[in-house]
Parts: sequence; C-alpha cells; structure tokens
Amino acid sequence: MSSNGFRHGVHPPERKELTASLPVRRMPFPKEVVLPLRQHAGKPAVPIVARGDRVERGDKVAASDGYMSVPMHASAAGIVTGIDWCPHPDGSMVEAVHIAVERHSAQLPRPRMVPEWESLVGEEVARAVQEAGVVGLGGAAFPAHVKLAPPKDTKIETLILNGAECEPYLTSDHRVMVEYPERVHFGARIMMKALGVEHAVIGVESNKPDAVEALRATIPADLDITVRSLTVKYPQGAEKMLIHAVTGREVPSGKLPVHVGAIVQNVGTIAAIAEVFETGLPLIERIVTVTGRGVVRPSNLIVPVGTRLRDVLDFCGGLNADAAEIVFGGPMMGAVQADLDTPLTKGTTGVVVLTHEETASRETLPCIKCGRCVESCPVFLMPQHLGALAQLGRYEEMQQWNLADCMLCGSCSYVCPSGIPLSQMFALSKAALRRQKPKVA
Amino acid sequence: MSTLSNVPIGAAPAHSAPFHPETPRLELTASPHVHSADSTMRIMWTVVISLMPIVAASVVFFGISALLVIAAAVAGALVTERVTGPRNTLRDGSALITGLLLGLVLPAGMPLWMPFLGGVVAIGFGKVIFGGLGQNVFNPALVGRAFLQAAFPIAITTWPTSGSGLFALRGDNFALPLMSASAPDVVTAATPLGLLKFEQTGTDLWPLLIGNTGGSLGETSALLILLCGGYLAWKRYLDWRIPVSILATTGVLSGTLWMIDGARYPDPLFMLFSGGLMLGAVYMATDMVTSPVTRAGAWIFGAGIGALVVLIRAWGGLPEGVMYAILLMNAMVPFINRWTRPRVFGTPGRRSRA
Repeated sequence: MSSNGFRHGVHPPERKELTASLPVRRMPFPKEVVLPLRQHAGKPAVPIVARGDRVERGDKVAASDGYMSVPMHASAAGIVTGIDWCPHPDGSMVEAVHIAVERHSAQLPRPRMVPEWESLVGEEVARAVQEAGVVGLGGAAFPAHVKLAPPKDTKIETLILNGAECEPYLTSDHRVMVEYPERVHFGARIMMKALGVEHAVIGVESNKPDAVEALRATIPADLDITVRSLTVKYPQGAEKMLIHAVTGREVPSGKLPVHVGAIVQNVGTIAAIAEVFETGLPLIERIVTVTGRGVVRPSNLIVPVGTRLRDVLDFCGGLNADAAEIVFGGPMMGAVQADLDTPLTKGTTGVVVLTHEETASRETLPCIKCGRCVESCPVFLMPQHLGALAQLGRYEEMQQWNLADCMLCGSCSYVCPSGIPLSQMFALSKAALRRQKPKVA
Repeated sequence: MSTLSNVPIGAAPAHSAPFHPETPRLELTASPHVHSADSTMRIMWTVVISLMPIVAASVVFFGISALLVIAAAVAGALVTERVTGPRNTLRDGSALITGLLLGLVLPAGMPLWMPFLGGVVAIGFGKVIFGGLGQNVFNPALVGRAFLQAAFPIAITTWPTSGSGLFALRGDNFALPLMSASAPDVVTAATPLGLLKFEQTGTDLWPLLIGNTGGSLGETSALLILLCGGYLAWKRYLDWRIPVSILATTGVLSGTLWMIDGARYPDPLFMLFSGGLMLGAVYMATDMVTSPVTRAGAWIFGAGIGALVVLIRAWGGLPEGVMYAILLMNAMVPFINRWTRPRVFGTPGRRSRA
C-alpha cells in the first residue's frame, strides 16, 4: 500500500511563485571565489595547491581525505591567493582555497576524458562520481558516491529521486526538472545500472505540474521510471517521508533507507551525476534560487561554487529596504547568514531573503498544551513533552521519548502558537547528549 | 559543458537599484525562520470574543444582574492575575476567559462579592499556585465554582427566573460581604434538572434550546453555545472531538438508561440540552491547558466526562454533575496523554517499547 503523502506535517505558505517560472540564468564570474575545504558531510578535503599557483576552471585544488570525503575543484580560472580562513555558511570559520579569478579568461576547462559509463561497473561509477566531487545538492551535502555503493548484503529494489522540494521559496530542483528532464533520466539510468535496480520513482509535489509533465514526456522507452505526483505538505521531501509516500514502508527508527530496499537521491544531484558522464567536468557550479521579498530581483541562477553571498545579492539587484534575514536553504531548515562574505557552497540550494513582516519575532509564552505540535510532527513525537524536558535539562529522559528520531524539520516550532523554539531546543539537546556520551562510555 | 554552459549570461539591467555596500542590519534567528500566523494571544482573544454573544444572551434572559455577576467574577480574576502573576500576563487574555466562564456558571442573584471571591480563588488557587498559564491541572473557572459551591451552597443554587425586565435586579446583588443577604425579593425557580431530580417534573425541549429556563447565566441557551463553539472549532481554536465525544457518550448512555426505564430516567435530548452540559462540553472541557494533547486522548477524555455526567445525574446526590465530571477528568489528563502517546515513525507498537 502506498499513498501520495504522509500523516501530520504542516502547510507553510509556499511563496514559490517568485521564481517558479523564471528560467535558469548563468551568473557572471565574480572577482574571487572562495572554496571551503569542508563543503560536504564527512572529512574535509586536503588542499593540493599553494599560493601563487595558476589553476584552470575544473582543476582539482583539494583531494578527498578517505572514503567519506570528496575532492574540491576550482570553479573559475585564476591564481590561488592563499589557503585562508573564511566564514562558513554554518556560522563557523573554515579553511578555504582563495582564487583570484582571471578577468579576461574564457573560463574554458582543460580538455578531459569523459568517463564511458556503460563499460563501468558499480564501484567504478562510484569512484568517478567521488573524483568529480559530487555531493547531495538537496542541502545535506552527503557525498553522492556513498549512495552508489551500498553495503553488499543489502538488496536495493527502488531508486527514489527526490523532486519534492517541499521547502517554501526554493525552486532550483523545480527548474532542473523543467529545463533538464533528459539529464535527470540519464542520471537515473546511470544510477540504476550501478545499483542494479530495475525500477525508479521520481517523487514531485503536485504544486509543480509542469515538472511532472516535462519528466513524464521524456521518460526513455527502455527505462522503468514512474513519476509520482505527491501531496503538497512539508516535509514531504524528508527522506523517510518520501520513502513512505512512494513505497508505503517506514524506515525503522535508527536505520538507513537501504533497510527497506530504497535509495533516495535528489534530482539536482542526479543531474550533476549525469553531467559528470556527459562532459567529464566535476561539480564546480550549481543552480541556486535567490529569492524572497527582501531581494530586488529574485532569480534562478547557475552560480560558481565559492561565489560570495555579496556578489550573488549584488547581481540580483541588492536588498530591499525591508530585508531582515538572509537564509541559505529554505526558511524551514535553512541556516541564517551573518556575513555577506560567506561563500555559497555545493550544498546551498537557495538564498532566501526574508522581510521583517515574515520574521517578526514574537515573545515566547508558556506552553498551553494545545497539541498542535503533536499533530504536526511527521515522525509522531510529542514535542510539547520533549520541550518541557529540554527546559529542565533532562536530556537522558528525552532519549526515552525518541529524541533521536527527531529530524529537526521545524514543523513543531512553525505551528507553536506560543512561539516556543522547540526544534532549536531539540538541536541543542542532541548536541548536549553528544557531549555527554564520551563520559558515559 | 553542454547544456548548462549554453545558458546565456544574464546581465544586470542598468536601471537596477545600487547595492548598498555597508552591511544592512540583519536578524539572526534559529530555523525555522517563518512561523504560522496563529498565536496564543490570538487564540485567547478569539475565545473571549466568541463568548460575547453568550454574555449578551445572559443579559437578555436575566437582566442587568447577569452583567453585574459576570463583571464581578472577571474583576476578581483580573485583579488576582495582576497582583500575583508576572507583569503583563493580563495581555494574554487567559485570565479574562477564566473570569467570563466563571461568571457564566453562576446564578444572577448572587451577592456580587461572592463571584468576585470566586474569581480570586479561580486564578489564585486554580492557576497561579500551579505556576501560571499552561501549568494548571484543573480548569480554573471550575475550581472557582467548586469553591463557591462549597462555601455558599444556598446562594449558588438560588436560581432566579429568566425574563422580567432588563434593569430589575434578580436578587440582593449588593449585599455586603459576610452579611446574610436580605430575603430575595424576586421569583426564583428550580433548574430543569433540579425539577427533575427533586420534583420529578420534566421540561420541554424548546425552552432548553432557546434558553429561557432557570439556571446559571450561560448554561441556558444550548443553541447559542453550539453556534459560538462551532465558530471556534471552525477556526481550529477548539478541538471539536472533545464536545462531540462528551455529547455522544452522554446521549448514548442516557438513551440506554431511558430505554431500560423511561419513567425513571429522562430522555437523552433532555439530558443533552439541560444544565451546564453544553457550556461545559464546548467551553470548559476544551480548555487546551487542561485537556489531552493527542487526538485519541481527546476522544477518551470526552467519553470519560460524558459517562461521569450521566453517572452523577442519574445516581448522584446532586442534580448536576458537569463540573465534577470535568474536574475529575482534568486530573486524568496526564495519564491519558501518556496512554495515547503516538507510535513513533519507524518503531513497533507501543506495547513492545515499554
């Protein structure tokens, strides 16, 4: 049994109309690109260039450090000006390769071999994807090659492509599906062969009928790909929710999707994988939605990885007077930005500039036990109880109430009429438990 | 590159506003960065507004005395909230709701110092000692009424008749505290439930629906209460499962009794529309703070109240049992929440989790 949705969840205003119909444009190269060595989940990359080196667009500037790591490539031709600190989108400082972009370069990459995907077996495909530095483009930036090489003892039945894009405002995946549907299918073909699966499902929220249509119209005759139109509800694009909507199965608590025979990959990522085998080029640019009522000209842009936020906003006409908050990613789970010098990384799905009207902070009132958080939680936790425990610092007890299953989607905070920052409290509780663990063990 | 590289480079139009190089004042908050429009304050004040037609109806039925009693209860509640609570908690409207609801479950002829004292007890002992808004176990308005019932059993069961002019006082409203009220110079009448319990006399359905029967201020017009509650349920400021569950349980259980012995037990429609059941089911039991947070819990909570109401009305010593039924079930809410804890996604049933 499978439905087209999941129980609970919330309905934040979608606000996708700002950019949903705008074709993707290429942004001019900035004067400088800044490539943080940590742009992916896992170990940071190790720089292999030094100050003064000249690099072409697409050249490797940092190597992967082990399996859970990916290399980094120059997103523009120029001179390496140093390995120096820069602000990271998560708010910390990070080491980064700084490249002064050559002003009059044609920005042509070196001629390169395009991997012949048909002759490669699963692991070789994974290696090529890792070498191209591809990570999940849906936001978490999980190295893409890991999902191409699942544990040997697992049987993968379904490849699920995530085109839900349930975060308000964001339209980058939407534009990929509308403008490059063939590329999505080509990527699916490569992944299906590498994984040995027969069937793939593309899940798209039903508020993107043009994407569903474009994908359906271009399905290759020899591929078993289904395009599913899903309920519009946040967080439909969460991995567990999407698997449940598509297969009707629940990923067991604490387990990975492979335990129910599913692998989920974002449509933008799959298009990036396809590009590796079309052009041989590594991941050096991505589609970013720059949007929100606080930005002068909302756009869908191809942005070189490492472009600073300042340059992106500048290209989009700057900020409106009522701009209040700049978020990388969507407004539900995205990370707030404090510094306009922060570079956009591989995991930056969008730049959302919210206005004062939307962010107007409200005072926190006591919990009135209205139960809205309970009705919103997509994994059926009791956020009001967890919140009360968090305020008392009873983190161990929170574990008994399944804190580990909370994916910090923010639905409870979104609906709370008393303005209690529940998901923030849960993030801090999780961090506190992580700090405690070494002492216990 | 192939397709991506062929996308034309967009040029910034010349007319665009210049980007301000100085860093704008940005806000920094944790995600989620957007919130639903509903706020606790809006919920509370909407409940207050929805109570206004019921207050107006009580004035129509019981004259100026009704307004005086409600005002006294509200004053007691607000003064206590202001004196004992932290600053500014009056703004959230919850103390006003408590005062209004307390006033609506009192008879019109009470000396005003009694409702005032009831309001003080409702907030002081029903809410503040638990820790204020959101912390109380029992519905504060009902705590206030339970206190008044224990302290002034005569005054609280002296029900003036409805209708006899807007400005006629329905009792010695201005009696001084602790002095016995002068002999009431008004016509009093038993409530329909009292008539039934002590005199075995029934009341027609139509007066119950409209509300011109004896009784406390707000427990008379069942139709109006349903209408106002329906508005709140439509706004999702009230969990419709609770009143539906209460009324269904009361209807089914009293219907069963009536079928067994129609001479001894009243018919279910009378049970549903008499006494404080409507106001209790729609406004008291649905108090978010003192009702369960889960949907399943709401059904159980309502069923418990309905069963207790029938139990008390049929076999108890009192004609009315809604207040005690709700207070008893309020005490069960933490357990109900625990029993109806939802099964967490990706885990086996609750049984095996233990």
